[in-house]
Amino acid sequence: MAKPMEEYKWQELNVGCVVDEPGSASEYKTGNWRVQKPVWDDSKCIKCGVCWMFCPDAAIFQKKDGYFEANPDYCKGCGICARECWPGAITMMEL
Amino acid sequence: MKNVKGIEVSIALAESVRLCRFEAISAYPITPQTHIVEHLSELVADGDLEAEFITIESEHSAISSCIGASAAGARTFTSTSSQGLALMHEILFIASALRLPIVMAVVNRALSAPLSIWNDHGDVMAERDTGWIQLFCENGQEAVDFMIIATRFAEDRRVLLPVMVCLDGFILSHVVEPVVFPAQEPVDAFLPSYEPLYTLHPDRPLTMGAFGMPEIYAEARYAQENALIDSREVIKEVMRDFGNKFGREYRIVECYNCEKADTVFVAMGSMNENIMTAVDELKSQGKEAGLVKLRLFRPFPSDELVEALTGKKRIIVIDRAMPAGAMNGPVFSEISSLANIRGIDAVLSNYLVGIGGRDVKPEEFIDIYREALAQTSSFVKDAKTNYRMVGVRE
Repeated sequence: MAKPMEEYKWQELNVGCVVDEPGSASEYKTGNWRVQKPVWDDSKCIKCGVCWMFCPDAAIFQKKDGYFEANPDYCKGCGICARECWPGAITMMEL
Repeated sequence: MKNVKGIEVSIALAESVRLCRFEAISAYPITPQTHIVEHLSELVADGDLEAEFITIESEHSAISSCIGASAAGARTFTSTSSQGLALMHEILFIASALRLPIVMAVVNRALSAPLSIWNDHGDVMAERDTGWIQLFCENGQEAVDFMIIATRFAEDRRVLLPVMVCLDGFILSHVVEPVVFPAQEPVDAFLPSYEPLYTLHPDRPLTMGAFGMPEIYAEARYAQENALIDSREVIKEVMRDFGNKFGREYRIVECYNCEKADTVFVAMGSMNENIMTAVDELKSQGKEAGLVKLRLFRPFPSDELVEALTGKKRIIVIDRAMPAGAMNGPVFSEISSLANIRGIDAVLSNYLVGIGGRDVKPEEFIDIYREALAQTSSFVKDAKTNYRMVGVRE
């Protein structure tokens, strides 16, 4: 979108509210829905990538050193990564 | 020379679908819509109509596949009645919000229970808030002409909304009438092929029906509402253009014998013919009554009705659907709201007729007229309801 969603007037919307720019969902930041955040203990992480696979928002990414982190713009704090991390490297923390 | 045929109205409507060159048809058979889709499947099978005919397992799926076909850019038609329309309910909102100009012939039939295959307007009144344009036909000629008119304005870039062309089940759909058929060439000239604004195509990826966050939903719905309200002027323009080209001009609100009469009926659909007969009979007795025909119900033609109703002393609103706990029938509720807001100072009365296929004869409208003349206030005191149900045994 050319500008933030909350700045659009009704006259400016496409007919049928069609979205004609691919990939525009990335412009909508859902990170502020979060009440908890995942925190990694890299000493327990075995770099298996289960958190990356299970994240429903594709908000987890692998850093250069091979460990993982969540993008705060999109992580909703659902806790699925912490639940699925079998070595127990992820803890959900209050903000 | 005019091409006039004595023809069943359902078959005539299907022939009009052929004249409009619809490209996709998806429908599930239900009485009394059946003859329309049966004839269309024959036209497609015989190669007389180059369309994709999608046979499908339910009305919910029929309207869903119509949305797909229309989104892909095809001129799309469907038809249903009663429970079939009710089964389409949730998808109807999506068709209008996605601004897809699907045309649907609704052959009006009462809703179950008790199971009834006969006519009333209960089915379409339950769908009046779905964002579709709703036209009501009085006779077979209107059914044929409204298909052409509806397809043209639905696809107009200023409108882009789906349309229900409503005709009364059996009373109109199964009657044999003389109908004038326009030739293919003038219909083609009046109705060029559909040029969609957006289509689902890999060359230009886009999303239809995306998530609407609280930041945008209200704006999206307000834009849709404005399109529906503004469609009224386009509908009038297309009806005028149709009149110029084909010699039959329709108005969204039409008056019959209203000039001298200070008592007028307001009604929709095929019963208007019987009301006109009643008006003529009253005239022969030296009494003046008028009829205001409501051809368009959504968007509601408020300005046109104000023009037709201003100065009238009595307005008799005829409804053909049960109010389901409302104060009055659905047409009356609109008219009384309009009269109050726009300062029409008349005694309003509301009569429910023809529920579940009960016959309504011209004499009954004469009785209604006489009874309404005695009414001194719009509020019916000492009655459980503010409407009267005509012909109910008690």
